[in-house]
Amino acid sequence: MDWGAIIENTFRGLIGEQFIYFALAAIGLNMHYGYTGLLNFGQAVFMAAGAYGLSMSVATLGLNFWWGLVLGIVVFPLILALLMGIPTLRLRADYLAIVTIAASEMFRIIARSPSLDRWTGSSDGLTAFANTFYEFSPFSSQKRYFFNLFIGNQMWAVLVGWIVLAFVVLAVWLMMRSPWGRVLRAIREDEDAARSLGKNAYAFKLQALMIGGVFGALGGLLRAIGTQSAQPQNFITDVTFFAWVALILGGAAKVGGPVIGAAMLYGVLNFTDVLLRQLVDNGYIPESVMDGTQVGQVRFMLIGLGLILLAAFRPQGVFGSREEMALDDR
Amino acid sequence: MLSLMTIGRSGRHRMLIGLLFAILGAIGAGSGIANAQDDDGVAEIKGSLVGKDEAGERVGIGGVTFTASDLDGVEVARTTSAEDGSWSLSVPAGTFDVLLDESTLPEGRSLRNPEKNPVQVRLVEGNSKSALFPLGEAAESSVGGIEVVQLFVDGLKLGLIIAMCAIGLSLIYGTTGLTNFAHGEAVTFGAVFAYLLNSVGLFGWKIHLIPAALVVVVVAGLLGGAFNRFVWKPMRDRGASLVAALVVSIGFSIFFRYVILFIFSGRAKRFRSYQIQSQWDLGWFRLAPKDLVLMVVSVLVLVGVASALQFTRMGKAMRAVSDNRDLAESTGIDVERVIRQVWVFGSGLAALGGVLFGLTESINWEMGFRILLLMFAGVTLGGLGTAYGALFGSIVVGVFIQMSTLVIPTDMKNVGALIMLILILLVRPQGLFGRRERIG
Repeated sequence: MDWGAIIENTFRGLIGEQFIYFALAAIGLNMHYGYTGLLNFGQAVFMAAGAYGLSMSVATLGLNFWWGLVLGIVVFPLILALLMGIPTLRLRADYLAIVTIAASEMFRIIARSPSLDRWTGSSDGLTAFANTFYEFSPFSSQKRYFFNLFIGNQMWAVLVGWIVLAFVVLAVWLMMRSPWGRVLRAIREDEDAARSLGKNAYAFKLQALMIGGVFGALGGLLRAIGTQSAQPQNFITDVTFFAWVALILGGAAKVGGPVIGAAMLYGVLNFTDVLLRQLVDNGYIPESVMDGTQVGQVRFMLIGLGLILLAAFRPQGVFGSREEMALDDR
Repeated sequence: MLSLMTIGRSGRHRMLIGLLFAILGAIGAGSGIANAQDDDGVAEIKGSLVGKDEAGERVGIGGVTFTASDLDGVEVARTTSAEDGSWSLSVPAGTFDVLLDESTLPEGRSLRNPEKNPVQVRLVEGNSKSALFPLGEAAESSVGGIEVVQLFVDGLKLGLIIAMCAIGLSLIYGTTGLTNFAHGEAVTFGAVFAYLLNSVGLFGWKIHLIPAALVVVVVAGLLGGAFNRFVWKPMRDRGASLVAALVVSIGFSIFFRYVILFIFSGRAKRFRSYQIQSQWDLGWFRLAPKDLVLMVVSVLVLVGVASALQFTRMGKAMRAVSDNRDLAESTGIDVERVIRQVWVFGSGLAALGGVLFGLTESINWEMGFRILLLMFAGVTLGGLGTAYGALFGSIVVGVFIQMSTLVIPTDMKNVGALIMLILILLVRPQGLFGRRERIG
C-alpha cells in the first residue's frame, strides 16, 4: 500500500483542478437553487457550453482563442439559459428540472453523433485548442510545483483557476449583498409576495439562471483548457450531480458553501478512488469482486448515496444553516 | 438484422469510452501504460473491425487492408488489421479519406453501409481518432415496404413500450406529487433481471423468456412496494419537501444505475430466446414475429390497465387520489393503500416494459435512464398526473421519434422527442389532458 500516493491524491482533490471546475459549477447551482430556488439539473450542459464554446470556436471555426473565450463564457451559456428558461420559469419548479435534464441528454446525443463529426469531433471530441493559453505560462514544463503536485502547465491552469474562483466568489458575495440579491431571495421564499411588491419574478429568475449558467460555463471552460480536450464524456448528465452534491454538502445559500463542498467532495472521492485502486492492485480485493475499471463506477455510486443521505438526513448540508436554506424547505 | 450482426455505432462508442476509461484509470493508478498519442506531432487514426460468428459471439476480423489518402488522393499510410480486428494508421495532421479495401474482407463479410467507405477523418496534431466500419447487413428499416408505414409501425411499437413504462410514473406523480427519477431504473432492472434468468441462469438453471418475464414483473412489483414502504412512506410521514424527495429519487437513480453497471458491465447484451427471427413481409411493412407478439401483448396489457382504472374499485380509487387527494381521503378512500398499489403496479409494468424494450433492441445498463426522458416527454404531452394522458402521449412520442428519422439522422432521433417536450411546455404546459392548476 502506497500511503504517500493516497495522501497526495486526497490533498490534490481538496485543492486541485477537479475541485476548481466543480466549485465553479456548484457556485452556479448555488445561484440557481440556493438563492433563487430554481431546480437546475442540467448544469453539465452549461459546463459543456463553456467547453464547446471555446473548443468549437478555435478548432472548428478557426477563430482565435480570445473570441473563443467570449463565445464560451458569454454567448453559448446565455443562449442556453434563454432557451431553457423562457419556456419553464413561469411553471412549477420541476418543469425546469425536467427540461434541464432533457437538455443534458440532448447535448450527449448531439455531441456524440457521427453525422456532426465535422463540427463537434463526435465521441472523440475536440483537442488542442488552448495552445494560446499555455503560451502565457510562466512555469517550466520540466519542473513540478506546489509540493510537487503539478507540473508546469498544470500549475498554470490551476493558478488561473484559483484566481477565477476567487473573483467569482467575490462577485457572488457582492451580488448577494445588493438589492438585486435580496429580490432573488425574496422570490425563493415567496414568489407571490415578491410579485405583489412589483418585482418581475420571471425576469429575475431568468437573470439568475443566466448568471449561474455563466459560472458553470467557466468551470467547463477551465476543464476543457486544463485537459486541452472537450469530450462529450466529460459532460454527461451525471456530472451535474457532482456539483449538486458539492452544493448540498457545503450548504446552499452560503457564499463559501459550494467551495468548501467541492473541496470535501473531491477529497473524499479521490481518497476512496486511490484507496480502492491500491486495494485492487495489491490483491486485498480479489479480481472477482472488483477490477480496475470498476473502481471508477464506485465514484458514481458514492455520488448517488451522497445525494440520498444528504437530502434525507442533513438537507442544510454540513455547514449550512437550516433557517437560511435547506433542501426540504418547501 | 439477420446473420452477420456487428455492434452498432452506439455499441462501438461505448467500447471506445470503456477503453478510454481503462486508459485513464491506468494512468491514474500510475501503472504507466503509455498513451496512444505520439509526441512528435503525428496523429493516429484507429479502429477495430468486429463481426459476429455463427454463435453470435463478437470476433475480430484480421487481414483487412486500410489505407489513408489525403484529399488529392495520394496514399499516405496503409495497414492491415490484426488478428483481433484492431488497426491503426499513423498520419500527419490534416484531413484524410480512410478506405477499407472491400476485396480483402473474408468470405461472407460485407460492409453495412458501403456508401460510407471511404470515411473522412480530420485530425489536428497529437490527435487520435477512430474511424468506424460497421459490418453486416443494412439496418432493417431501409429494406422493403413503404418507409413511412414501416416507421409508423416501428414508432407504434416503441410508443407502446414507453406507455407501459410511463403509467407508473404518471400515477406516482398524481398520487404523491413525486417526479420519480428512479423509475427508469425499474425498467433497466426488468431487462437485466430477465437477462439473468434467461441467458445467464440462476443456479445453472436457465428459464424461457416468458416465465422469466412473469417472475420479473412479480419481483419488480414487490420491490416497488418495498421501496415505497421503506423509503417514500417514511419521507412522506416526516413531511419532507417535494424537492428533497426529488433529489433523493435522483440519488437512487444514479446509485442503482451504477450498481447495475458494476454487475452487468457496460456491454449491450441480448436475450437467449428470440434472438434472431426472419421478418414477415406484410406488403407495406415488415415485422418480425416477436415484434408482432410484443405489440399484441402491450396492447392487451394497456387495455387491461385502462379498463382496470376505469371499472374496478381499485382503479377508480387510484384515479380519484390522482385527481384530488384530499377530496378522495375525505370520501373514505385509504390513500396510503392506493399509493402502495400504485407503486406495486407501476413498478411491475415498468419492469415488463423493460423486458419488451430489451427484446426489441438490446439490454444495457442505462436503457432505463434513456427511456425515462422519453417517458417525461410522453407524460408531459399527455398531462402529468393523468393515466390516459400518459398512455396517449407516450404513443405519440414513440411514433414521432421513429417518423422523425425521415428528416434527421437516426442516431439523433431522440433529440426530436426532447425538443417536442420543450415545445409542449412553451405552448401548452398542462399537456393535452392536464388541467391548468397543476402547473402553477
